[in-house]
Amino acid sequence: MKDNPTIRVRGLVTRFGTHTVHEGLDLDVRQGEIIGVVGGSGTGKSVLLRAIVGLLEPNAGQIEVFGQSVRDTSDAEHRALRRRWGVMFQDGALFSSLTVRQNVEAPMREQLDLEDTLRETLAGIKVRMVGLPENAMAKYPSELSGGMRKRAGFARAIAMDPEIVFLDEPTAGLDPIGAAAFDTLIKQLQAALGLTVFLVTHDLDSLHAICDRIAVLADRKVLAVGTMEEMLAIDHPWVHEYFHGPRARAALSSAGKGIV
Amino acid sequence: MARSGLPPKRLGALVDGGVLRLSGRLLIDTIEQLDQDFGQDASRFDVSQLQQMDTAGAWFLVDRQIQMAKQGTVLEIIGATSAQAQLIETVARNMPPPDQPETKPFTIADRFEAFGQKVTRGWRMAVELISFLGQVVATLAGILRHPSRLRLTSVVHHCQEIGVSAVPIVALMAFLIGVVLAFQGSAQLRQFGAEVFVVDLIAISILRELGILLTAIIVAGRSGSAFTAAIGSMKMREEIDAMRTLGLDPVTILVVPRVLALMLMLPALGFIADISGLIGGALMSWIELGVSPAVFQTRLVSNTDVWHFSVGMIKAPFFALIIGIIGCYEGLKVGGNAESLGRLTSASVVLSIFMVIVMDALFSIFFAIVGV
Repeated sequence: MKDNPTIRVRGLVTRFGTHTVHEGLDLDVRQGEIIGVVGGSGTGKSVLLRAIVGLLEPNAGQIEVFGQSVRDTSDAEHRALRRRWGVMFQDGALFSSLTVRQNVEAPMREQLDLEDTLRETLAGIKVRMVGLPENAMAKYPSELSGGMRKRAGFARAIAMDPEIVFLDEPTAGLDPIGAAAFDTLIKQLQAALGLTVFLVTHDLDSLHAICDRIAVLADRKVLAVGTMEEMLAIDHPWVHEYFHGPRARAALSSAGKGIV
Repeated sequence: MARSGLPPKRLGALVDGGVLRLSGRLLIDTIEQLDQDFGQDASRFDVSQLQQMDTAGAWFLVDRQIQMAKQGTVLEIIGATSAQAQLIETVARNMPPPDQPETKPFTIADRFEAFGQKVTRGWRMAVELISFLGQVVATLAGILRHPSRLRLTSVVHHCQEIGVSAVPIVALMAFLIGVVLAFQGSAQLRQFGAEVFVVDLIAISILRELGILLTAIIVAGRSGSAFTAAIGSMKMREEIDAMRTLGLDPVTILVVPRVLALMLMLPALGFIADISGLIGGALMSWIELGVSPAVFQTRLVSNTDVWHFSVGMIKAPFFALIIGIIGCYEGLKVGGNAESLGRLTSASVVLSIFMVIVMDALFSIFFAIVGV
């Protein structure tokens, strides 16, 4: 099983007009791991995520999820594939006209034929799992704080019990305590649900605390993939700056002391 | 874990001496395959044969445990892998609280309460609208004292948007109304041989009422909604709050230029509608009744009091004020979500058209009393 990566990207090329974002990008994501994708602004982290989940058509390259190509599949196959992953967008991307509970119910309502009470109960469990209080269920996204919206977005992403979740900057804009709590939440649910997590992040604390491996995007491809220790040994200027800068050192030392 | 390699989603269950053995896949799609009553008296669930279990499956087990606990028996789940045990434990921690409040039926009293709330909401809104009107008028008065505060560029821009761009649609609308009036009027008046009175019919109805009223309705739909949408989306993106922190007054910058431009342009558009309506009426009278343009003109000048025209023009700035105030007020009321923007935009159009018609009715009474 280890030989078959859950997500396999080969020779990915994406361009916007004359601007090339990815040029021959390769990436493997193993089953059950939390992979952190980092890179400077504009290196195409979110573009990579969007290409994998099929929101964006790459110019060339192969993307396989569960050994199945994402690009040339029939609609039915793609629908089946989409059921096996969940995506959480940066600001939650909740449907503003639905309550939190209805947001979580939305994918179940669309893809399954469940009884109303059962669906509500299951959605309720998901909402509680991400640590939202009971009274948040009936609230609309506009009535929630940024952190709660992210949690609700996460609850919707795991509504169908996916095998992979894609998280786009889950801790951006959260206070340190909220960010740490979110990290713990990801780790807990990853263990409980056996998730593979594809995490786009800038948060060095998250990288230290929960990521099994880190993929660095630079120079239009994946520059390096490996554990934190391996990253620290890499000699590329941007990677060095990123993992040895003052913030990185602070995050590393706090992680070393076991505070996180 | 690769699900594609597994047989189709199936759940198996058999009771074996007080032990319910589950096999196959206990998933969100399969839990409903198992009857609620099946294995009621089993005191142990053996899940070691399960190939797969998800949150819904875990919920199923936990729910059974809770049901059994209510009847005083303990349900034991055996054979779970550590991952499954962890999932069951996570779900058990997040089960709904046992005493969920029942949803109350909707009674007569609730109906009254909802009605009362609607009335007070309407009343509060009327008060807010009037105070907003006062605020705008006060700002306008302040600008009269310090004319340099007026955003002239903005006023001119809105004059272009509200006035000049609306000329074709307003002119066409009024022309067609003139045509319809002449056509319908001549059919009725011909029965009495009073065809020539069609000129009075057209002149009075268009100059006094229809020209300005229909122009106001078109402008409310065109510009009033645009005001709400533009100001509302600025509100949504916190631009209005940013203005306030920078010491800029949103009423001076956003509301006054729009209201002022509307008050300047609506009479002009009304005038264009009058002319265009009369031309349409004259054309149709000529075709249908043979009333030549020269006769139409003479009769128009000799028989139609200039007050008919004045009445229409007097009403125009008031209609403009109503449309502008309501459009801007609803825009400033937009909250954080896109839905309120859409709702308030349509509310703005409906309310301003309604208020324009109410105002028109009040004007009719007023002019009847003063006798013009």
